[in-house]
Formats: sequence, C-alpha cells, structure tokens
Amino acid sequence: MFTNNPFAALSGMLPASVMQAYVVLMVVAVIAGTLFDITHKGSARYFFDNWRKSKGRGTKEVGGGELASIAIRTGVVDVLTSGEFCNPRRRLAHLLTMYGFVLYVATTVLMIFRYASPGAATPALVPLLWWIGALMICVGGYWFWFFIRVDVAAEGHSPLRVVHADLFILSLLVSVTLGLIWAAVQASGASGAGLLFGLYVIATTVLFGSVPWSKFAHMFFKPAAAFEKRLSKANGTAENLPTLSRDDPEQRQRHSMELLRDAPMDMGLGIKREAPRHY
Amino acid sequence: MPTFVYMTRCDGCGHCVDICPSDIMHIDKTYRRAYNIEPSMCWECYSCVKACPQNAIDVRGYADFAPLGHSVRVQRDEQKGTIAWKIKFRNGTEKNFLSPITTKPWGTAIPKLADAPAPSKAMRDGELLYSEPKFIRMDDGPLHTLEAAGLKMKKGVYY
Repeated sequence: MFTNNPFAALSGMLPASVMQAYVVLMVVAVIAGTLFDITHKGSARYFFDNWRKSKGRGTKEVGGGELASIAIRTGVVDVLTSGEFCNPRRRLAHLLTMYGFVLYVATTVLMIFRYASPGAATPALVPLLWWIGALMICVGGYWFWFFIRVDVAAEGHSPLRVVHADLFILSLLVSVTLGLIWAAVQASGASGAGLLFGLYVIATTVLFGSVPWSKFAHMFFKPAAAFEKRLSKANGTAENLPTLSRDDPEQRQRHSMELLRDAPMDMGLGIKREAPRHY
Repeated sequence: MPTFVYMTRCDGCGHCVDICPSDIMHIDKTYRRAYNIEPSMCWECYSCVKACPQNAIDVRGYADFAPLGHSVRVQRDEQKGTIAWKIKFRNGTEKNFLSPITTKPWGTAIPKLADAPAPSKAMRDGELLYSEPKFIRMDDGPLHTLEAAGLKMKKGVYY
C-alpha cells in the first residue's frame, strides 16, 4: 500500500493528461488567488510603504551584503525553521504541517507528471514519501486544530467550533485525510474508492480555490513581514521599539538599575512560564 | 489610549487574550489574529502590549493630546528582569527608560500564605488588612518620607 502510486492505478479510469491539467489548474488558482489577495488587501503596497518609511527614518545605512545576510537569516530562521513562533508546540506543529505539505505536493506532482502513465513504474520511495508527507500534515494539523488553536474561554466556545479562519487548515486536513483513505481503499481493492476520490478532488479544489478567502497566502506574506522586521532592527528604527538592554554594561550603571546590580542576568520566566490556555 | 494589533506581526498565540483584565482582546474569526474588540472599554493598562512576545500590539494615542508622529513603545524582557520604554515626541525628542520589574528570579519570592497562622477573632473584626500595620510600617515611628529614609529627589529620576 505504501509503495504503490495511487495515481498510476487511477490512470486506467482517468487519463494522466486530465490529472495533469487539474494540477496545472490548481497552480493557476493559487497564483491568481494570491495576486488577488495581495491586490485586494493592499498587503504588497503596505509592505513597500513601510519599507520606504523605515528606510527614511533609519539611523544606519544597510548595505547590499548586510541585506543579503538578512534575507538569508530570514530564510533559514523564520521560514525554514518557523523561528517566529514563541510557543514551541505551535512551532513543531507548524514545521510538521509545512514540511509534510511540501513533501506531499512535490511527490503528488512527481507521481502525476512522471509516473501516472500506464507503463511507468514508480520507484517505491516516491509513494512512501507521499504517505509520510500526508501523515506529517495530519499529525501537525490535527494537533494544532484540536489542542493548540486559541479560543476565548470567557465566551465558552466549544473546542470544535468552526470559524472562517479554519477554512485553510480544515480544507487541508480534509483533503489530505480523504487522499489517504482513498489510497488505502484503492490499494485494498475494497469498493467506494471512486466516491472517495470524488470527495478528495472536491476538498482539494476547495483548498487551492479558496486562497483569497483563506490564510493560504500567509506563506507568501509572512516571510516578507519577517524580513521587514529584521531590516528595521538592522537600520536602527526597530519599529520604534526600545533598544536599551541590561546586557549593555553601560546600561547596568544607570541609577534605575541599582536594584538589579547583584541580581542574576537570567531571572527565568515570569508570565511566560505558563502557555496561554483559552479553552 | 486603546490598544491595536499589527496583524502582520501577530501570530495568534493568545498571550494578550489570556492577560487582558477586561477580556476585550480576542482572536479574530477570519485571520486568527488578536484584536481589541471594544477599544472604548480598554483600561489602557498596557498588559497586552507588554505580554506580546512579537511586539505586535501598540497603543493609539487620542488625537487631542497625542499629535501625529509620536510613539510610546515598550519592551518587557522578563528574563533580564527589565522593562524598557522608548518615547518619541513629535518634534523628534526621544526618551529612553530602563527599569527593573523584579529584583529576584521569578517564582523565588512567593509568600507561603498557607503556612501563615489563621487570623484571630480580634483581627477578623478589626479594620486592618492582612499584614497591616507591620508592612506599611504605621507602627514604626512617624510618617516615612524620602528625607527620613535618607534619600533625595533626583531630577530625571523622580520628577
């Protein structure tokens, strides 16, 4: 089951060219949806305006080399390792979902475009990675949706309440879960695989077709926001945030720091000892 | 001066929702980011501003006394035990403050009230609160002033 290409088995019923056309259509939907989202919400204009303002107010000049280093740090820390999350559980759930999604999409594309024709033999590793990717999405996504999602306790909402913000995560989870069930049913030869495949296609269309209304586009604007944050620290504006710190020996001599003269440099965690609980 | 959230900075962690004494910081149903549902009910306590790990919350000054271009931002660094403020005036003047928020590591100076003896009937019927007058030192000589404590008013510190 884990080493069979589910799309190759389907090619008897559905030509590979139709599956390929569907994938292309979904890519177009994501690109068009993201462009619509950027235009409609004005996020690109907001970022560029902010960047210009930040540049004008900056106290330090940021050179090309430093800019490249900021871009690399943003890519490595904020994007590849989801470094912006302060809650380690959320970070882990996000990493599982993100890398699972990348693996799942890449192997789906590979299986449909390279190995979906009737004669093509799929290397066992590709479907295995597809399963691993999909399971990673399920683990990260269900963990987030059932246990990490923030709610407001005072209003007594059910942990199962569904709101607009759940469109992305739920359509992703439903799509991937149906995909896995369909692949398992198809491999076992049981009936109902056709119906499951139909539901899988509907859920996948909702996922990629709802980009302007879901938070799918966050994978494009979040890195831009993280880059801007790092840049503002480098050019001295720091978004007007205070830059004084006890790490600076000169600041430790301030009159206001008298009471902390003999205190340890690491006082441990205060309110952040406890993660927010909202259910 | 009610708070507002920079949506691109917020990651929806919920620290502000947890800490808001007025329960007006909520998570938006469309983007799952925090927002102030009722700015007119904001106590302006700055709890959410200080608790936000992403510095995504800011305070909007009223137009009649906080002219455009001003900024009051705060950074609470609990691991260092400090809080820093940066105040920018419209004319470009900038003031920076750094103060302690604890003098002992967090959690090491919590009074063990369960071990304290129960109050007597006279204490229950009295008008003094728990630990009074001992800790307000009303029974310890005259009124306590800066001078009596051997301190001086320092310009830029106390006034």
